[in-house]
Amino acid sequence: MKGMKNKVKSKFWLLVVVVFLIMSLAGVNAAAKFPNKPITYVIPFAVGGESDITARLQQKYLEEILGVKVLIINKPGGGGALGWAECAAGKPDGYTVTGCNLPHTIVQPMESKDIGYQTDSLNLVYYFQNTPNVLAVPKDSPYNTLADFIKAAKEKPLNLGGSASNSANHLGVLQLNKVAKVKITYIPFSGTGTAVPALLGKHVAGLMTYTTVGVNYAKEIKVLAVATEKRWGAWPDVPTFKEQGFNVVEGAYRGVAVPPGTPPAVMKVLEDAFEKVNRNPEFVKKMEEMGFIMENYGVRASKKLVAEGKKHYSDLLTELLNKK
Amino acid sequence: MSILSGIFSPYNLLLMLGGTVFGMFCGALPGLTATMAVALLVPFTFTMNPTSGLITLGAIYGGAIYGGSFSAILVNAPGTPSSIGTTFDGYPMAKKGEGYRAIVTATIGSVFGGIFGTLVLIFMAPPLAIWSLNFGPTEFFWVAVFGMTIISSVEQKAILKSMIGGLLGMLVSTIGIAPVGGEARFTFGFPALMGGLQLVVALIGFFCIPEMMNMVGGGLKSMSAITAKKQRGVFWETVKDIFGRMWGNLLRSSVIGTITGILPGAGGSIANLIAYNEAKRVSKHPEKFGTGIVDGVLATETANNAVVGAGMIPLFTLGIPGAPPDAVILAALVMMGLRPGAELFSGQLANITYTFMYSMIVANIMMMFIGIWGGQSLYKVTSRLPVRYLAASVFFLTIVGSFAIRNSVFDVYAMVLCGLIGYVLLQLKFHPAPFVLGLILGPIIEEGFVQTILMATGTKQPWMAFFNRPLSIILIVMCLLSAFWPLIANTIHQFKQKGVAVNERA
Repeated sequence: MKGMKNKVKSKFWLLVVVVFLIMSLAGVNAAAKFPNKPITYVIPFAVGGESDITARLQQKYLEEILGVKVLIINKPGGGGALGWAECAAGKPDGYTVTGCNLPHTIVQPMESKDIGYQTDSLNLVYYFQNTPNVLAVPKDSPYNTLADFIKAAKEKPLNLGGSASNSANHLGVLQLNKVAKVKITYIPFSGTGTAVPALLGKHVAGLMTYTTVGVNYAKEIKVLAVATEKRWGAWPDVPTFKEQGFNVVEGAYRGVAVPPGTPPAVMKVLEDAFEKVNRNPEFVKKMEEMGFIMENYGVRASKKLVAEGKKHYSDLLTELLNKK
Repeated sequence: MSILSGIFSPYNLLLMLGGTVFGMFCGALPGLTATMAVALLVPFTFTMNPTSGLITLGAIYGGAIYGGSFSAILVNAPGTPSSIGTTFDGYPMAKKGEGYRAIVTATIGSVFGGIFGTLVLIFMAPPLAIWSLNFGPTEFFWVAVFGMTIISSVEQKAILKSMIGGLLGMLVSTIGIAPVGGEARFTFGFPALMGGLQLVVALIGFFCIPEMMNMVGGGLKSMSAITAKKQRGVFWETVKDIFGRMWGNLLRSSVIGTITGILPGAGGSIANLIAYNEAKRVSKHPEKFGTGIVDGVLATETANNAVVGAGMIPLFTLGIPGAPPDAVILAALVMMGLRPGAELFSGQLANITYTFMYSMIVANIMMMFIGIWGGQSLYKVTSRLPVRYLAASVFFLTIVGSFAIRNSVFDVYAMVLCGLIGYVLLQLKFHPAPFVLGLILGPIIEEGFVQTILMATGTKQPWMAFFNRPLSIILIVMCLLSAFWPLIANTIHQFKQKGVAVNERA
């Protein structure tokens, strides 16, 4: 009798072990099969902006590469903060990626304690493009070079418009003021859409804006300087701030992030996908035509980029906070 | 010739029809705005050639702005912010059993305004766009202040209540991230409040919910207590009425809509209210406005559809959106490789541009037929549906609508809260319009104000910046006239009375 019971018992445990093995195999399969349902690409800005257009252009390539549908959802609010706060608190399964921007995601948490997220709680996957700052004036402006503009700024109050407060535009003007020892007033506009008419209508002396604006309005404005390390390939005749004696290297970076705690294997799949899109010649051509500069910061490189950025902006911001 | 063949190709005509119907549907649902409707279908247009894509988007936009009138008239919920003013007279008309007449009026007005705005776009775009550049931050400040002065004439007997409402609206509009300075205001630690109170949430909450609650609480069996009048005669009656004595209204409202559309940023939401105000001001019987007359609905719907065409003037010439949906269309243009500017109007691209613009006229005419036929059925359904089904469906739609704005459950809660507050305000006889006006115009006023002060940094008297430009002076005069109109009108009236009395005595 006892013998029989033992046999059943051991068979039972054998069954348990087998089931367990099968389940763990299935688990491994599930991870290997990421993604196996649609991915949501959240854009924390309104439809039509630079981040939005970029995402929509990436969409079809991503769908081909990942083999699942990519749904773009816009969640504007707080200059992006709403979307980033949700990302920081989201489910780390890799099925929701959120567009993220520099310097916004560094500067916002520094400025407000209760913005809803910390810079490091955004788990970065890829930073794929950058729009450097440019100093633009109307075509018929009396200033033909950056030197002209700075000289005038020393003699009378000048202003530069730009997109939003605490943005790359704003910080660019602050940096310029610091290195050129002038006091140009920065006028924030709710977006490029309202800043450009102000420039064309001569309500502001110039704009500290992005390369995309310079490309889109090439006929009506002239660009006096570009805030990059070296001259931009698309505009070989436009000098940089640096070569004219003013160390201003600034711009807005755009990329994607996932919630903290997302498995590295999942992140690798996403990183590879965005890398592939970013190297696609057709995609690159379209982006460069619109004024974007391609960047290729993967997971590790992005972390380093942000760490460097944090140091740079905290110095600059101490000035901002002192000003207040 | 190829333009005509482009417009009347079966494919494009079908797109116009589909776009208009889809737009009308989205517009009629409270919570779905024209901007959303256009944004939803932009991805589909990538598979089409640029002309067809643009035709679709234009048809959706116009249809949505027109569609907003349906829910405004039938359930006092502005379907889009551009139809806020339509509720003032449209809903009272529906309650009186004249809902179909209101829909006909809205249809005729929308079609007329839409065609007017499009014609201005086709023939006068470049010079008008250049003129609009004269409007800088200071001018936008005064335009927004002018918009606020409308409050004084919304409820002439309760100006104090209207002013409180307006200022409260402005206060609430400060919730969120400040446009200048970037600090978070009044968010109480809720990340969702960083975007501020969404306009559509406030619209549904303050306009629609209280009325629905009223209806349910009032024990009405169905919307029209009076049996709806014989419908066939109403259409021609209204047409004769409008084209008989309301030409001034039609043209003036079209012009107001066109000008508002050309100015970047401001859109149908402001245009319809200014048009309403002006119609009331010059009318011989201003006290009838608000009780349910055709003039009110005509003014608002004509103006808001004129914005559709006119808003594309700065869009196509300068790449600057004239109204929120134009920002989406701009993105579509960029993706199609069409760069806004002079090139769009000459060379091979001109074909695409002009085919699109002329097609908007055809789409407007289509709107007329769809609207009249569809409006009749819709009105019959809503007026005969027992209140308990109607209110329940509307409540359901409001939840869907408020969620759809930005996929946020928070917005739904906010909408419900606004609804409850709105109900209380309704009982206290506070009109919701001043509050909503403050909510819309607050940010524009604040931005314009702060930008002007910043621009005047370094000058001896910064405050003079508000008064030292000719365009600003004109706008200031308009503001003063508008704000004090009730007083001025009264004085003139009394003068006339005295004159009559003197004459009679003599």
